[in-house]
Amino acid sequence: MTEQRLLDIQGLKVHFRTDDGWVRAVDGVDIGVDRGETVCVVGESGCGKTVTAKSVLKLIDMPPGKIAAGKILWQGRDIVPMRAAEMRAIRSKEIGFIFQEPMTSLNPVYTVGYQIAETVRQHEGLSKRAATDRAAEMLRLVNIPNPAKRVHDYPHQFSGGMRQRVVIAMALACNPKLIIADEPTTALDVTIQAGILDLLNEMKERLGMAVLLITHAMGVVAETAQRVVVMYAGQVVEEAPVAPLFARPLHPYTQGLIRSIPRLDLAATEHKRLEAIPGAVPSLLDPPRGCRFAARCRYAIPECTAAPPPLRELGAGHFAACIRAEEIAEGRAQPAGVAA
Amino acid sequence: MTQYLIRRLLIAIPSILGISVILFAVLALAPGDPFEELATNPAIPPEVRQNLRASLGLDDPIHVRYFAWLTSMLRGDWGFSFVSRIPVDDLILQRLPTTIAVIGASQVLAICIAIPIGVFAATRPYSIFDQIANTLAFVGFSLPTFFTGLLLILLFSIHLDWLPFVYRTQLDSTGWQWWWDQVRQSIMPVTVLGLFQGAALVRFVRSAVLDVIRLDYVTTARAKGIPESAVTLRHIVRNAMIPVVTLLALQMPAVFGGAIVTEQIFRVPGIGSLLISAVLANDTPVIMAVTFVFACLVILFNLIADILYGWLDPRISYR
Repeated sequence: MTEQRLLDIQGLKVHFRTDDGWVRAVDGVDIGVDRGETVCVVGESGCGKTVTAKSVLKLIDMPPGKIAAGKILWQGRDIVPMRAAEMRAIRSKEIGFIFQEPMTSLNPVYTVGYQIAETVRQHEGLSKRAATDRAAEMLRLVNIPNPAKRVHDYPHQFSGGMRQRVVIAMALACNPKLIIADEPTTALDVTIQAGILDLLNEMKERLGMAVLLITHAMGVVAETAQRVVVMYAGQVVEEAPVAPLFARPLHPYTQGLIRSIPRLDLAATEHKRLEAIPGAVPSLLDPPRGCRFAARCRYAIPECTAAPPPLRELGAGHFAACIRAEEIAEGRAQPAGVAA
Repeated sequence: MTQYLIRRLLIAIPSILGISVILFAVLALAPGDPFEELATNPAIPPEVRQNLRASLGLDDPIHVRYFAWLTSMLRGDWGFSFVSRIPVDDLILQRLPTTIAVIGASQVLAICIAIPIGVFAATRPYSIFDQIANTLAFVGFSLPTFFTGLLLILLFSIHLDWLPFVYRTQLDSTGWQWWWDQVRQSIMPVTVLGLFQGAALVRFVRSAVLDVIRLDYVTTARAKGIPESAVTLRHIVRNAMIPVVTLLALQMPAVFGGAIVTEQIFRVPGIGSLLISAVLANDTPVIMAVTFVFACLVILFNLIADILYGWLDPRISYR
């Protein structure tokens, strides 16, 4: 890496204390985002992607959470040891955050204008009126009709999709260099999802910021990402530019994710049922020693459970953490039946 | 809004009438005779007593008496106390300011204690501060006011002799001395009532704040980079206050009721002690009027609670 990355997460470990012990929600994750780039983090529920995203702005509750190890370099500066005041200067001003639930991520007792203006007033010291004007401007930017009037409306007067637009406007208000979007479309209707994704892409083009998009929908990945990070059970299992990832997925988990994308054509013509990955995510209280996916993997061999597989570069910028990645990609690997 | 208010006040009329019917019926059915004392007085012949009853309409059928009471009530005539011969409205107006002062001060004290402590405890759940606050709150609302009241009297009036234990409306002093005496005699009743109310309120504020603190919009607020104090005050406390204010308003009538006991202990000449002495003396007009005032207070504070609720929460609209 010659150029300094915008965001560089190195070996991040985030643990949560529970009554049963420490849950290792994120266990050694490396993710980098360059300027102007869109990186997607995919994985099923509970794989640690949201925790990773929230850790970047230190939005996880500490306690019970704890950043146990690793660095989060923001333009070369590690934010992990930062004090609260330094952290606040980065939140929204440099890194904007879009939340999953538009229905609950806005405060019901303040107007949307106030809530957008709050960000601007904090970081740019604008007067109340100037900030409200900026809020209206932001609402126009995210295509909310009649923005000058709607700034004075409360969140409950907006639909879910419109609220998500408000949340995006809020995240964009200070023109941050990076937007972290945590499943921004999961809670929305399919038709509205497309609109929100288009808006995100459009904003990214227009404002030239980088996007770290957390999602579990492969369709969203295909539509937006330049680079993809696949997470499983708190670890990165594969990382690649978007085209090679879909063309030649190396990790069996990624293959499973791609196979589980619903396809209307196959469902209608061949009556094919959707393929699911059998089994469930292992407990992060006491994760297996070797490959964490081995128990669900059809290619698993005894060696898989012996030691954690390293993340190896197997193509240009294409990394995978699977000891049989080459065989599997070339179709030489035979499903091994049950894991040892 | 005005329309809503008018409609709510109109709806209040039938409920107040209903309450008055029930109160009147219950009092009419209750045993006891206001002229009991005359009956045992040998100087008064039974005929005189009979005439007195008849002249006061006590022997009329209940519905006749009710309508007689209602029409004179509507004309602003609340009747006379059987015992002291003073007009009931004068009696109530005489006593009400004291009660309102004591209850008002104790509520202010309760709020001033409960909100900061509740919020502080909830923002640090299970910390040492939280544990101590919780324990004290439990102790506070487990101890009845008649017990803590007597304890305070014993300690501060009898043992230490710092504070007077009888509340007097007519103080001899003037000027600053009057204010000082007023404060000195109010300290104990206000503290007892205020701490008792405050203890229960601490628990309520704490749970209201804990409900809000985990919500997504609090994380949103934090992600904006605003200071933690602003997150707490603007986003957490503001929302947590919605149920708290409602509870406070709805609780006010109960506070008046609770004050009856405290007034009795500290000999505060308020509306509560008026009610108790009236009950003991079978003074029907006074009992009727005081309970009726309490009933009106319940309805009034319900209305206030609803209005406050709509004012605090923009999702509620008056229709």
